[in-house]
Amino acid sequence: MSDIFPKWTNWLPLKIAVGAVLVGTAATAGSWYYLTPKYSNVGYQPVQPVAFSHAIHAGQLGMDCRYCHSAVEKSWYSNIPTASTCMNCHNQVLKDDPKLALVRESAATGKPIPWVQIHKVPDYVYFNHSVHVNRGVSCVECHGRIDKMDEVRQVEPLSMTFCLDCHRHPEKHLRPPDKITDLGWQVDPKTQKQNGEKFKHDWKVQSSQNCSACHR
Amino acid sequence: MSAVLEKLLATTGTTPKELEREPLVLNQRSLGWISDRIAGVCENALPKWWWPAFLISFTVMSMMFICIAYLISTGVGVWGLNNPVGWAWDITNFVFWIGIGHAGTLISAVLFLLRQKWRTSINRSAEAMTLFAVACAGIFPMIHVGRIWLAWWLFPLPNANSIWPQFRSPLLWDVFAVSTYGTVSLLFWYTGLVPDLATMRDRAKTKIRKFLYGLGALGWTGSNRHWSNYEKAYLLLAGLSTPLVLSVHSIVSFDFAVSQVPGWHTTIFPPYFVAGAIFSGFGMVLTLMIPLRTLCKLEEIITVRHVELMGKVILATGSIVGYAYGMEFFIAWYGGNPYELAAFKNRAFGPYWWSYWIMVTCNVVTPHLFWFKKIRENMVIVFIISIFVNIGMWFERFVIIVTSLHRDYLPSSWGYFSPTWVDICTFIGSFGLFCTLFLLFIRFLPAIAISEVKGVTPQADPHHKLGGAKGGAHH
Repeated sequence: MSDIFPKWTNWLPLKIAVGAVLVGTAATAGSWYYLTPKYSNVGYQPVQPVAFSHAIHAGQLGMDCRYCHSAVEKSWYSNIPTASTCMNCHNQVLKDDPKLALVRESAATGKPIPWVQIHKVPDYVYFNHSVHVNRGVSCVECHGRIDKMDEVRQVEPLSMTFCLDCHRHPEKHLRPPDKITDLGWQVDPKTQKQNGEKFKHDWKVQSSQNCSACHR
Repeated sequence: MSAVLEKLLATTGTTPKELEREPLVLNQRSLGWISDRIAGVCENALPKWWWPAFLISFTVMSMMFICIAYLISTGVGVWGLNNPVGWAWDITNFVFWIGIGHAGTLISAVLFLLRQKWRTSINRSAEAMTLFAVACAGIFPMIHVGRIWLAWWLFPLPNANSIWPQFRSPLLWDVFAVSTYGTVSLLFWYTGLVPDLATMRDRAKTKIRKFLYGLGALGWTGSNRHWSNYEKAYLLLAGLSTPLVLSVHSIVSFDFAVSQVPGWHTTIFPPYFVAGAIFSGFGMVLTLMIPLRTLCKLEEIITVRHVELMGKVILATGSIVGYAYGMEFFIAWYGGNPYELAAFKNRAFGPYWWSYWIMVTCNVVTPHLFWFKKIRENMVIVFIISIFVNIGMWFERFVIIVTSLHRDYLPSSWGYFSPTWVDICTFIGSFGLFCTLFLLFIRFLPAIAISEVKGVTPQADPHHKLGGAKGGAHH
């Protein structure tokens, strides 16, 4: 074949092989890093207008989530409290603290504090908070250890995979109703299977997997 | 000796002269002449018609890509389809093009297994036609999905949504059927090309040609071991491709037959679609071969006999298609389902009556002209009929898809589909793509399988008076 292919082509197969491996690795790593929802959402931690610390309120002081997010058991929507809820305590505690100026102003004028939303599913996804928290799904499943966060960040991808992992095996995640807002409660792997199956049966948990369950 | 011959011998005292087969290459051309003539299409100066033909095809192809860009950037609303006609020209064009491909596979695989030697003159270009038709076909399902950037969801790939395509849907089977078909056809075509690429390599005058054909020829030297491996691979691929002739269009027909739409939900669809596909495919082979043999001066290799034989295939498959049309109506009446009968009455006499009767005229009436040998041997008439076959088969798919959809069970869901200019230009543009690819093919690759044509000539026998290298340089 010497009269067909010049000498420089002798190394061509090796060069092509090495190039293909490099390009393949780069493409795999790049799509893994940039195209998965973990990259696009997890870790999102915007600066909020008021430096509110969940770690102090829910962690150190032990306040229940539902004191502020009072509609979560009744509504599809877990409400952000109005400033008047804050003022229940803060008209006594730290009542002249400059960090709370915006809260006091909001309570006085009724103009909402412009909180930045962190946990967000796409508009074509219907998610109902009440049906989850009333059937043994804890806040921590989606929001993580909020009681340890000074500033809230997203810890779960909230992707469709994330939803389906639980909807396909709800018994692994269901817990007693009084532990829903106990974010530090540890699942006991020995009893969880039995308890989870029982809760699933007793509460008639039928976690739908059809398209229209969420995409209505 | 057979009984008939013995009887003849007893009565006349002589054995009759053995009838000679009509040679597949005319005028007792030598093996060297065959190489020169076929390779010459790629090597000689460009004929005058090539550039105008290429520029026109390329322009028409560009029009399709502009239309597709407009479709993607704007949305499927630029097409005429809407409720209740959710599938229209897009799927019509898909089925039309995928059907055309079937002739290539039939010629290359089935006729090979059946030892039909006449296939050798046309199999290479028919297989190329298959590949280009599959390329045209593949475009339409991809662009009709609306959000084309999610077209990869057609394939069962792991994704962030933890969901798979619906494996019980024929639309998914279709993805597998068409992609298998494209892959096997490409492999088959390429395997057959290897010895000829080596011929092209050895004839090449410039370094670049030598290098590129050399790459394609995979180090072919023509040794006995190479030929032995080649023949085995070719036979195996022919065996693999043969079921595809039947399976691909059967599965395409499932797209319709598995649904419950009156007019689609019929068991006759798989064989009827396969026959129609071969019918349309041979129509397209003739549409391409008749100009090709004249323009490239290949009349002695693609002979009138080849065209005549393809005419017979069209007659046979066209008759099957005509029978299927009749049987569909019979079953619609005999089955006693009022909706089915209404759908068929509406097909022939409803708002789309014109498309139904264009289909019947082209597919049922015109092929029967091929009963006459005079017509089968008249290149101009065969060419015209082959175009009628193409038109008829496009309308067949249009009739099946659009007339079945435009009347739902509720009169409130009745509609009438009209194409927009984007529909029309995209479809015409797909012919531009097809012709562009075919023109490039005949210019850069041997359009006829050189080694196979040589193998079926009488002079391939070394004892023949022109056998081996005698009567012309052996390239």
